[in-house]
Amino acid sequence: MSSENTHPTSLSADALPPPPRPGAFNAAMRELWKAPITAKFGIIVVLCYIFIAIFAPWLTPYGESEIVGDPFDLWGDDFMLGTDNLGRDMLTRLLYGARNTVGIAFVTTCLAFLIGGVMGIVAAITGGWADQIMSRVVDILMAIPALIFSLLLLTIFGTSIPVLIVIIAVLDSTRVFRLTRAVSLNVVVMDYVEAARLRGEGMGWITLREVLPNIMPPLVAEFGLRFCFVFLTIASLSFLGLGIQPPMADWGSMVRDNATLITYGDITPLLPAGAIALLTVGINFIVDWFLQKTSGLKDGQ
Amino acid sequence: MQAILRLIMQRLGLGVLVLFAVSLIIFLGVELLPGDLCQELQGQSATESTIKVCREELGLDKPAAGRYLEWLGNITQGDFGTSMANGREISDLIGVRLYNTFFLAMVAAVIAVPLSLVLGLLAALYRNSWFDRLINIFTLSSISFPEFFVAYILMLVFSITLGWFPSLSNVSPDTPFGERLYSVFLPALTLTLVVMAHMMRMTRAAIINLMASPYIEMAQFKGMSRSRIILRHALPNAWAPIVNVVAINLAYLIVGVVIVEVVFVYPGLGQLIVDSVQKRDIPVVQACSIIFAATYVILNLTADILSIATNPRLLHPR
Repeated sequence: MSSENTHPTSLSADALPPPPRPGAFNAAMRELWKAPITAKFGIIVVLCYIFIAIFAPWLTPYGESEIVGDPFDLWGDDFMLGTDNLGRDMLTRLLYGARNTVGIAFVTTCLAFLIGGVMGIVAAITGGWADQIMSRVVDILMAIPALIFSLLLLTIFGTSIPVLIVIIAVLDSTRVFRLTRAVSLNVVVMDYVEAARLRGEGMGWITLREVLPNIMPPLVAEFGLRFCFVFLTIASLSFLGLGIQPPMADWGSMVRDNATLITYGDITPLLPAGAIALLTVGINFIVDWFLQKTSGLKDGQ
Repeated sequence: MQAILRLIMQRLGLGVLVLFAVSLIIFLGVELLPGDLCQELQGQSATESTIKVCREELGLDKPAAGRYLEWLGNITQGDFGTSMANGREISDLIGVRLYNTFFLAMVAAVIAVPLSLVLGLLAALYRNSWFDRLINIFTLSSISFPEFFVAYILMLVFSITLGWFPSLSNVSPDTPFGERLYSVFLPALTLTLVVMAHMMRMTRAAIINLMASPYIEMAQFKGMSRSRIILRHALPNAWAPIVNVVAINLAYLIVGVVIVEVVFVYPGLGQLIVDSVQKRDIPVVQACSIIFAATYVILNLTADILSIATNPRLLHPR
């Protein structure tokens, strides 16, 4: 996941239609410099999370599921944030959680975009009955609340990480499909798409080279929002004990496992929940700025 | 008027179709099981003959289409079958819990809807003031927070530190109304915070959108006060999107209830579905899903119909 994720901020420049020019990086940096404080805050937060996710094994004092002390130890020198319900170091698990929770959410979102995005563009290009069928299926899938649907599917297929990823990705791809289809419909009626068709280009070329580059900005923004949504869903499922399974460190289940501490007025269980909240707030700030940026560009033209 | 009625009838027909499709998906989902319910039920100890007996007992030897119709027929009469985990009637399990869940959702809605409408209106009225900005930051963060985070923060503040409200919402069927209201206060407040943001933003955006229209400008030229313009001229035209978003958020309440119920150990339908997923008690999960999904579909349908009915353009067709 690291290679695609290390420069989320330069996406804004890369996302524009032409292939990256030599000055594109500089332009992106300049854009970044002018960004409002909230967007900068969001970018810093996201970069920190990515850093922690990649370097978790080197940053943590103990092993991910190593039992190093008594259960529910207090904050102190040995364990900066105390220990959890089984005596594992809280800080270690918090840092590893960045890798597991964020990583799985990222993979899921990518898969959702792969399925929903491709189907959406194809539906828009093909039109006719194929489009009708796909759209109606999506309508019906969206009529069932996502959390309930995933609970039902998890009961049927059992809880494991691949199953979790596929279920959430498929359910979420319906939302991606709707958006992609809607924005693609505006593009497929353009003359250059018609020209490509007359040239005899195949579906793959039209999808990837003609339509996709022109719908990139809304898709990138949607990617941020969908990631937050997927991230929150997975955290919620883990919190319910149905998502990422032990002994993997994960923020949702960490809250659940240590929730009893809250009744003693200890805020430790809130830290993983806070970590989730901070990342989603950060991403929302970036998306807010990015949306303003890209819609502003259109107004200027 | 005729056009509206026809539109509404169309939506109703579509809604019934969707309900059918949803029930079909929930029913067919189980058919996707590797093996079937009986193998799942008996696990390792299954033998050829016990599975056959079980299949006959559950009627699994009959074709799927017939079983679906029978299942649907039973559900419409309130018979959801029996639980796999303890053999009890599912309708007994659901009855009280369904009432509890609706009670919680209703309390949350009664607090959330008026509050978010008023705050949204105020934010539109005092646009770009510190109040508006405060509301903006508040809504953005409450959209980003996981529900259990909000729930535990409220629990920490109001029940552990201040000791005003109970941290666990224990209710039983014979709890008096007042006490019931007191014990669901924290879960209801959590739900309120979760759904309020969206409704508030929509109210504000719908009003502000209209503020650029010519008739609003006219009202300004007449020298009307800003609050009067918003209440008399902008609000009636903004009802459609507002009503729509309110109904959608009420539908969301039904789903959001699941996590909040688990946090506060509230004996509702959400608890039941989570417990049953852990036990892989498929019939119970199926029953709960269909209730949740049906409520969701019906509320979304209401949103659709209300936004048609409150659209002034449709009331006076050209």
